[in-house]
Amino acid sequence: MTTDNSGDVRLSGISKTYGSFTAVHPLELTVPQGSFFALLGASGCGKTTTLRMIAGLEEPSSGTVHLGDQEVTHLPPYKRPVNTVFQSYALFPHLDIFENVAFGLRRRGIKSVKKQVEDMLELVQLGEQARKKPHQLSGGQQQRVAVARALINTPKVLLLDEPLGALDLKLRRQMQLELKRIQTEVGITFIHVTHDQEEAMTMADTVAVMNAGRVEQLGSPTDLYENPNTTFVANFLGTSNLIEAEVDSKSGDDIVLRAGGGKLVLPESRCGAPTTTGGKVLVGVRPEKISLTHADDAGEIAENRNRITGKIADSSFIGVSTQYVIDSPVCPEFEVYAQNIDRDARLVPGAEVVLHWNPAHTFGLDAAQDIDAGVAEVEEEAA
Amino acid sequence: MPVVNWLKRHLVVIAGLVTLAYLLLPNVIVTVFSFNKPKGRFNYQWQQFSTDAWKDPCGVADMCGSLSISLQIAFWATIGATLLGTMIAFALVRYRFRARGTVNSLIFLPMAMPEVVMAASLLTLFLNLGAQLGFWTILIAHIMFCLSFVVVAVKARVMSMDPRLEQAAQDLYAGPAQTFLRVTLPIAAPGIAAGALLSFALSFDDFIITNFNAGSTVTFPMFVWGSAQRGTPVQINVIGTAMFLVAVLLVLTSMVISNRRNRQKA
Repeated sequence: MTTDNSGDVRLSGISKTYGSFTAVHPLELTVPQGSFFALLGASGCGKTTTLRMIAGLEEPSSGTVHLGDQEVTHLPPYKRPVNTVFQSYALFPHLDIFENVAFGLRRRGIKSVKKQVEDMLELVQLGEQARKKPHQLSGGQQQRVAVARALINTPKVLLLDEPLGALDLKLRRQMQLELKRIQTEVGITFIHVTHDQEEAMTMADTVAVMNAGRVEQLGSPTDLYENPNTTFVANFLGTSNLIEAEVDSKSGDDIVLRAGGGKLVLPESRCGAPTTTGGKVLVGVRPEKISLTHADDAGEIAENRNRITGKIADSSFIGVSTQYVIDSPVCPEFEVYAQNIDRDARLVPGAEVVLHWNPAHTFGLDAAQDIDAGVAEVEEEAA
Repeated sequence: MPVVNWLKRHLVVIAGLVTLAYLLLPNVIVTVFSFNKPKGRFNYQWQQFSTDAWKDPCGVADMCGSLSISLQIAFWATIGATLLGTMIAFALVRYRFRARGTVNSLIFLPMAMPEVVMAASLLTLFLNLGAQLGFWTILIAHIMFCLSFVVVAVKARVMSMDPRLEQAAQDLYAGPAQTFLRVTLPIAAPGIAAGALLSFALSFDDFIITNFNAGSTVTFPMFVWGSAQRGTPVQINVIGTAMFLVAVLLVLTSMVISNRRNRQKA
């Protein structure tokens, strides 16, 4: 083979059960060498268990783990060429920063570690702190020590278990960019576990959305956001407006749907569900794709756009945009995010409006699913 | 009024100093009377200053022999109790086994039970087994009652230890032995040391249990008690003062060391 694949991670059929509880259902996953991969999901979805099985800290109940061409399923963690950045960092409290970073090198019997450790501390900008104990550093600094301690061993794969969870928002943004920079610089495969969808989308090339022990969908952040396959993905990544609609007819590459009294057009290629005439599908559209026009100006809306009528129930001004909640016959809480470019003074709560959007931004989902899947988790996170 | 205000402001300090004085007074008395030159056999009344006893600490028959026995027993009891207790503490915190709850409460028993009762039942046990009372029965008894203190001290420490630290060590190429030596043990060390110190102190000055199970062996506390019937040699005060000084010296040294270490770090 010409390309280096020693940093590939291949999980085939791995699962984990605790008694009668299945944390991870048999899972197929390949993470290519050098990629930044995110496992995204709410707490308890099996993402951390999956990560720990790659690290060797958890024995899979079935299946195999390969790193490149080497099978590591039954190797103990200390014999695997992977390193982990733990949630809450797990820095050794009795050792100073220098010795924490040197730990992995020393255990592999490397004698002269000084130069390497100093270089690594320079990379994470902690050269001055080498002789301090972990508890004397701030959260952000401890996080960088944890990254340095893992990276110094030049692992094939770096595993990150919610590494930014304990940091405040501003620092988290900064560390996201920092980690992304380090990953690009060293070219090591990163597998990042997080419950923060924004974090996953900002940092990762590929995101796997996990729910209840299964991967719901895998793809690039834009792909997941624009073409969710399930209601869980649609609701967990950003916000989606989902409407139940009935298939009316097909015209060319489009499906015509009936919802409430009106008609909506959905490109067939963007519908993941079977569409038989008279059957039900869930129609989705993202809040920022929708334009809002006052009912008096309804005539000015281009003919080929999907449209829904309603009444503004609530609006909140948040600077760059205004978020509206629209009460419409097809959906009681339709969300619309409008950029504050030209604000129409008539768009206040109580006004009759027409919502319209380009049919190409519509996506279709199987109506047999829970329409609110993934919503509750997002609210929990915000609370 | 200024007096009242002054009192109000310094009440905590005054209360602290008074308590300290109350605690230290017996030690001061012991020290002062180690320089006494008593008339007769009892060292209860101040007569005149003398360093005779300090110049000849072993001048009393059998005293230094009993001291040596006590030190030996305390040393081995500390080793035994610390080893066993540390292992028990780890087992109780780390593993879920069937009798875990029972063991957990049984461990507390020696701390809760009246010493006389324990002493008597141990004696019954040794007699029934036909064991010869002496050094070994004392040692076994001491290990038994020191054990619970070690378990309690080490358990608290192990329980507060993040299990991810050991996982992190394994993740960083440390095998099981290395993980234990480099991470687990150093982090548990303060708990183990506290257990060991407690064991030494408890074993060294135990009287009741020792007295029941000693046979013809005489430990230092037994010697002191025995001699108190016939007279109290000044040398007892000398040994007491010396022990106190050694303890204070140890504490001061450790304080200086940790202070210096912290200052280097900062």
